[in-house]
Amino acid sequence: MLLEATGLTRRFAPGDAPAVQDVDLGIEESEIFAILGPSGCGKTTTLRLLAGFERPDAGTVRLDGRMLCNADSGPGERFVPPEERSLGFVFQDYALFPHLSVLENAAFGLKGQPDAEARAEDALEKVGLSGLEDRSPHALSGGQQQRVALARALAQRPPVVLLDEPFSGLDALLRQETRDRVRQRFKDAGTTALLVTHDQQEALSFADRVAVMKGGRIEQVGTPEEVYDRPRTLFVAQFLGRTNLLFSEAEGEEAETPLGRLRLSRAAEGQVLLSLRPEHLTLEAAGKQAASPGEVVDRAFKGHDITYRVAHPDGAEYLVHTPSRVTFAEGDEVRIQPQAPAVVLERGDAADLQTGEANFGKAN
Amino acid sequence: MAVGVAVPVVYLVLRALEADPATLADLVWRGQTLRLLGNTVLLTAGVLALTTAISLPMAWLMARTDLPGRRLFSLLGVLPLAVPGYVMAYALMGATGRSGMLATLAGIELPRLSGYAGALLALSFSTFPYLFLNLRAALRGLDPALEEQAQALGMSRGKVFWRVVLPQLRPAFLAGGLLIVLHVLGDFGVVSLMRYDTFSYALYVQYTTSFDRIYAAWLALMLLALTAAVLFAEARLLRGLLYHRAGSGGAARPARRLRLGNIGRWVACLPPTLVAGVAVGLPLAATGFWWLEGSYLAAATVGAGDVLTALADSAAAAAPAAGLAALLAVPVAYLSVRRPSPLTRAAERTAYFGYATPPLAMALALIFFTLRAVPGLYQTLALLVGAYALRFLAEAIGPVRAALYQAPPRLEEAARALGRGPVEAFFATVFPLLRRGLVVSVAFVFLSAMKELPLALLLSPTGFRPLAVSAWGYAEEALFAQAAPFALVIIAFSAAFVGLLLWQEGERKGR
Repeated sequence: MLLEATGLTRRFAPGDAPAVQDVDLGIEESEIFAILGPSGCGKTTTLRLLAGFERPDAGTVRLDGRMLCNADSGPGERFVPPEERSLGFVFQDYALFPHLSVLENAAFGLKGQPDAEARAEDALEKVGLSGLEDRSPHALSGGQQQRVALARALAQRPPVVLLDEPFSGLDALLRQETRDRVRQRFKDAGTTALLVTHDQQEALSFADRVAVMKGGRIEQVGTPEEVYDRPRTLFVAQFLGRTNLLFSEAEGEEAETPLGRLRLSRAAEGQVLLSLRPEHLTLEAAGKQAASPGEVVDRAFKGHDITYRVAHPDGAEYLVHTPSRVTFAEGDEVRIQPQAPAVVLERGDAADLQTGEANFGKAN
Repeated sequence: MAVGVAVPVVYLVLRALEADPATLADLVWRGQTLRLLGNTVLLTAGVLALTTAISLPMAWLMARTDLPGRRLFSLLGVLPLAVPGYVMAYALMGATGRSGMLATLAGIELPRLSGYAGALLALSFSTFPYLFLNLRAALRGLDPALEEQAQALGMSRGKVFWRVVLPQLRPAFLAGGLLIVLHVLGDFGVVSLMRYDTFSYALYVQYTTSFDRIYAAWLALMLLALTAAVLFAEARLLRGLLYHRAGSGGAARPARRLRLGNIGRWVACLPPTLVAGVAVGLPLAATGFWWLEGSYLAAATVGAGDVLTALADSAAAAAPAAGLAALLAVPVAYLSVRRPSPLTRAAERTAYFGYATPPLAMALALIFFTLRAVPGLYQTLALLVGAYALRFLAEAIGPVRAALYQAPPRLEEAARALGRGPVEAFFATVFPLLRRGLVVSVAFVFLSAMKELPLALLLSPTGFRPLAVSAWGYAEEALFAQAAPFALVIIAFSAAFVGLLLWQEGERKGR
């Protein structure tokens, strides 16, 4: 592990619920890691704890084996201030120094080094800002400011670069493009990066691994495929995209559900909550043999695919995501056909269900 | 800094407690004290009433009607701030009376203004802008939908004003009223020139004419208690007043302006013209008149050298005070913005307390303190500079605070992440952004100190006669011609102060 945290806890006021509670993280060399969660989940605080802007109440932080912070050992407590951690940090609002030129901004962390200017110029060139060295940050577009912030953080060649919602200030079109380009650059240079975001698309497409956070705790860590396809909890299932939820009786590897007998992601017994992503379902024309056909209530054509809303005789509605060549019209009688095992969500989450929408997760 | 404010007050209390209970009862609980309290309260209430009577209709005319020349009138509503109260009093005295300006130029012979009426007029015309500005801003900010809603519910226009508009002006009235009350309680220049017995005036007379300073100490304490009571009442009255728009039904529209009609428009111009004439025109005219009179009466004139000496004396105290206040303002503002805690808030409060404390009480406390604890400081320029810095610290904190909000903490954190220690990070990132605010702070404190009177009067080293002391001294002896050149220079500095204020206001809005 290059950057490792154990048991990180931060409480802003005594008596308050901790903003960050018992967080364990490990980031490998050359890995791009994302912490994903809704606003207020503690993800930015976690990042600031790693950077040293906040002091944890408990836990440790290690960089390449060196102890940066140890709030666990009482008298042997250790805290390395941010300026001695040599981690790169990119702020959400970029925090460019308004009184310094683009070049002076990029060279800020290289003060006193003989080749500071050359290295700053090199860093600016890598982000495609050559020729703008003498401009003031005010005279740059949002995208250019973001690249100066990146160049400034990377110019001192930090072992890990921490990014706090770095793309959220850009408009949608520019965001996608910038994200792709930054990812490519990180991969080419073997940069280790930790990104914090509330945008699940961004986390899934940008990171090698994702940690999903809620209420100060990490709910699940895994590759984008793992957390999306096999969410551990109801929150992860709903936060990463739309999903269909079903209560059913599990009997080992299978369960009896309104959609028929389904294969399960893991063995379980008794009442379970299942998650089925809309794209893991498909539709068939209801043949005469179908015991319980559904009816298409709504369809949204999106070019490459179609989202159907299907009313089932059990009273629930299901979302089904099909390639656009599977076409049905509103009012058609259809049968929902699962194409992947249903994911068994962990117990204890059923209570959450009362507060959320029954059938659909967070809209895309 | 908090120590600088608190310790002298302790000495004031110590000094006051030196009397034995019997003489104390004799000294303090007598008719004189009650009369002073009555006079002080009466003057405060009168000024509040008169400034309201001036400000409310004027603010309404500027904010809610199509009065011609609104911008000019609004400017004229701020300019009186360029005339310190004691200059206003001097102008009123110099304009009236048998040999006054009005009698000489127009043959209108009015008795020379003095006493309650004189103090009331001088204070009201020099302080009403505090209320006018607050009320105008509030009237402009009112959501017109509320008034329309009231009309839709069947209220007449008049009823709407009383039941919807006026109640919403309460926070603005309290804010402006507080400034005026603090001003009146702290005023010394006007009441001394008009010879109207209030706590401040009696305090000064006691201090300068009698050996026994215990009564002076008690008067200062009572004045402080009165100020504290006003601040406390204000805080109580403001609690729970949240009158901003509730809910979000789109953006608020600017208020509808009442059409005054062709004749009404010009008739409505008369009252503001009259107010501006008294508040701005009269002091300029009277000072100018007496200045010219002075040049005829060659014997009585004050030489240019005297004015320059006074100017140099004023600057010798004001310039270092401005630097010191700005220096103190940086850590106070920084800590209260970046590390808000009860302690840092208390530090900032003390700064505002220094502003609210009646200057004579503050001067007396400092005198007792230096005489007892550091006699070497008594009657030195250093003490006067320190007193100015404490008194005007609040003016220095404002601009620094505003500049700090332009420099988010992220900047320092970014510098830390790039390898700079906390102190170095502050000087590399935040400090350069504070420079402009610091210049404004220095200018505010400098200009305020240039026209300050009571502190200068009590704390100046022997032989030190700044502008304000000179102008006041001559005016007090009814030597109006001699006072004129000093008064003119003071008006010029005060006008620069107001210009700076307006410029900064424009900057803030332009951002």
